[in-house]
Amino acid sequence: MSVVATDLRQTVEDAAAHLYVWALKDIPQDLRDALVDAQQRETSVPGRRVLDTIVKNVQVADDQGNLVCQDTGIAVYTCRVGEHFPLHPAKIYEALKAGTERATLEHPLRSNAVHTITRENTGPNTGYRLPIVHWEFIPDWDGLDVKCVPKGSGSENMSFLKMCVPADGVKGIKEFVLSSIVDAGGKPCPPGIVGVGIGGSADYAMYLAKEAIARPIGTRNHDPHVAKLEEELYGLLNETGIGPMGLGGDVTVLNCHIEHADTHMTLNPVAVNYQCWAARRASVHVGADGSVDFDREA
Amino acid sequence: MATHEVTFPITDEAEILKLKAGDEVVVQGHIVGIRDRTQIRIFDQGVEPPIDLSGAFLLHTAPGVRKRDDGGYDPVCIGTTTSARMVRFTEPLGDQYGVRAICGKGGFPDEAIEPMQRLGMVYFAIVGGAAALETTQIEEIEQVYWEELMPECLWLFRVKDFGPLTVGIDAHGNSLYHDVQTAAQDKLKELYARL
Repeated sequence: MSVVATDLRQTVEDAAAHLYVWALKDIPQDLRDALVDAQQRETSVPGRRVLDTIVKNVQVADDQGNLVCQDTGIAVYTCRVGEHFPLHPAKIYEALKAGTERATLEHPLRSNAVHTITRENTGPNTGYRLPIVHWEFIPDWDGLDVKCVPKGSGSENMSFLKMCVPADGVKGIKEFVLSSIVDAGGKPCPPGIVGVGIGGSADYAMYLAKEAIARPIGTRNHDPHVAKLEEELYGLLNETGIGPMGLGGDVTVLNCHIEHADTHMTLNPVAVNYQCWAARRASVHVGADGSVDFDREA
Repeated sequence: MATHEVTFPITDEAEILKLKAGDEVVVQGHIVGIRDRTQIRIFDQGVEPPIDLSGAFLLHTAPGVRKRDDGGYDPVCIGTTTSARMVRFTEPLGDQYGVRAICGKGGFPDEAIEPMQRLGMVYFAIVGGAAALETTQIEEIEQVYWEELMPECLWLFRVKDFGPLTVGIDAHGNSLYHDVQTAAQDKLKELYARL
């Protein structure tokens, strides 16, 4: 058992090291399609110039094996751990941290991690509570899914929370999302994915918004009330005219994704987390036997 | 909307005055990379910049680089960061050091418009995140000053066909960001009324 666990730890570390770099270089097909679609429907001259450059940039990254964007972000991982997966989450965390460090040193990648007060670098994209790992535990399963989302600061800086009251209703949610994206202007590198978290608590709403930006573009929430709100906000956001890189135009967002949780009768929290057009993500499925299956599209 | 090619550093102010908000620009010559900590050192800590910045083009960047055995640096991935964080340095850069162009992503808020007009400066919008392409336009990292601030050093790059850039704020008091934001705020009122 201990031999298997040791090997699995190494397997997860190797997978994390590969995932981080891969996510930075090879963006998913749904994102590629969404960017080309945006390029085709944009009518403003500066907006079209931006989208032409973005599509060209993705091609250059492919051709040269380079990173799509220089901001290697903070590494955010989401783990779905099966009840019977034979490596403890404490060891999975160790492996993800070691993999992040290795990828940063070996490539090399720009290291962004600093102490939040002294601003001194804390390590190769690692530090106290970095990388950030979210956990979900799955009964009756022996596998592990890891999704890596390198989150750039330009878009993360455009995160907003409002504790609406119940009387604000869904209208309050819509107004807050719209005003947040207009106020953000060109700063978060539009057109990107607007992630919205509603319900739960203040902290959980923001986590849900982060979960929303990591979904494949245009997927819809399983709850029809929420899916309807996603569609409506997607349309409204593209009427604001902010446009690509905030220079004005038809395409302000590639889509709007919402995750929700049930909440207290007197709460109505709304969180907005923006994901830039370089909406990087990559996943790996690890089997209990150490099998590894990388997945660009999950 | 015209298309221009400009070589930096400039010596003739007409090179800046001919640019209008919305125009497309491709840049040749030498550009200087700076970021938050670089400018905090110059203006808040009072350390003189190590090179002459008159007529200069400044790029808001913190490059990803690989150090060579001879001490120089090769580009790995060079892109551009959000400018708005650094808007307060605009006036002193132009007034004290003669900087003529600042390039970044996301734009400057309206407080940059007046000093840029008064001092004959422009803001160039680059496509944030398009770093793979930007890296191919950096011919060489010629000098790196203040390496202890890595990656927020002061960088001297030689570039070829750097762009396409869009004039976001010109030296005549026009700002695309102001225009887009004003229109969007009006549009918001209309959208709210429909909710």
